[in-house]
Amino acid sequence: MSIRHGLLALLERGQMYGYQLRAAFEESTGSTWPLNIGQVYTTLARLERDGLVRPLPENESGQRPYEITDAGRADLTLWFATPISRADRPRDELSIKLALALTTPGVDVRAVVQTQRSATMRALQEFTRLKYASDKPEDLPWRLVLDAMIFQAEAEVRWLDHCETSLVRHRPAPVRPTTAHPEAVDRAGDEARR
Amino acid sequence: MSGVLELREVHRTHGTGEAAVHALRGVSLTVRAGELVAVMGPSGSGKSTLLALAGGLDRPTGGEVLIEGEALGGLPARELARLRRRRIGYVFQDLNLLGSLTAVENVALPLELDGTGVRAARRLALAALREVEVAGQADRFPDQMSGGQQQRVAIARALVGERRLVLADEPTGALDSQAGEAVLHLLRSRVDEGAAGVLVTHEARHAGWADRVVFLRDGVLVDSTAPLIGIEHLLSGSGR
Repeated sequence: MSIRHGLLALLERGQMYGYQLRAAFEESTGSTWPLNIGQVYTTLARLERDGLVRPLPENESGQRPYEITDAGRADLTLWFATPISRADRPRDELSIKLALALTTPGVDVRAVVQTQRSATMRALQEFTRLKYASDKPEDLPWRLVLDAMIFQAEAEVRWLDHCETSLVRHRPAPVRPTTAHPEAVDRAGDEARR
Repeated sequence: MSGVLELREVHRTHGTGEAAVHALRGVSLTVRAGELVAVMGPSGSGKSTLLALAGGLDRPTGGEVLIEGEALGGLPARELARLRRRRIGYVFQDLNLLGSLTAVENVALPLELDGTGVRAARRLALAALREVEVAGQADRFPDQMSGGQQQRVAIARALVGERRLVLADEPTGALDSQAGEAVLHLLRSRVDEGAAGVLVTHEARHAGWADRVVFLRDGVLVDSTAPLIGIEHLLSGSGR
């Protein structure tokens, strides 16, 4: 998700100035995505440049509210209608780490799996505790954000369980020399014939 | 501070010699009042054996199991049965509700077996059903209730009276995710009120309700999650 679509969605509720946008953004994401005011103004400037929002006259306190334009509304509608592509998400460091752990000499891969599982499980406990405490009807958007984090953590634990099962069954292939030495090849042939 | 439940170097071996299966190998675990501990592990890792030993339904081949400081190994069968009825509540995946008894009768049964008068047992059972929000089903038979309602009745039965230890084995069974969550919510509330709880599950999302999660592999506890310290560090890290 981009901050620009987040701000467009908020402006669709009504005109707002920078600090209001920041507060509303953090409220609707349960503070999982803290924004600084600089990011808000930079994004507003780009949205204005692209014709998606327009600035209104300053109010008495010197704050300048913004409103969404028709083009902004169309952009927002398109965003809601378009699924998020998996390719847009950052590469998963954990899967790469495990793949490397498997091929790096001296690494206890099961220990890597277990360490990660405990950490992810603990995060899941924290999310669940927060969800347990957020039981008012107006907490629903926040609970859904928490549910997303809970399901993602659960998926990671399941994947780690799967990795562990695969590791138990795994029989590493014999390490091959990078350039075959003639004698080694001969010896291997002798072994195979026996 | 001692726990409501203590397992000290507990072993459980089935069979002997070469055919011996070591279901648990030297497991130590303490569960205190107000604490919910989840036990996770793959099938065959010893989760259910651990729960059966904790509840006095099975005896260890080595080590000791204590409930509120009392070693179960030294108790005669009669005393053990009494302790199980009075202090331990069980919630299993297959609910074990008796089909010929109504909801309130199912809940009152362990109290009556323990010598509580019929009226007092019914009063306590109704209070337990109210607590799990199925008092309206009190006079229905299990087959007249939904799966979620039956599960709540089973939980009421596990919690009725002054149970200090609640043992749950995959308690959400085949319930849908909302009904399953309600069951865990109830278990959590009961523990928050001062019971000690052990939840055996292979579902990470369910284990998330616990204060501590321990991992069992091949009969050995291999790891435990650290105490929770608040969520701020996780949230600030998820801003991407």
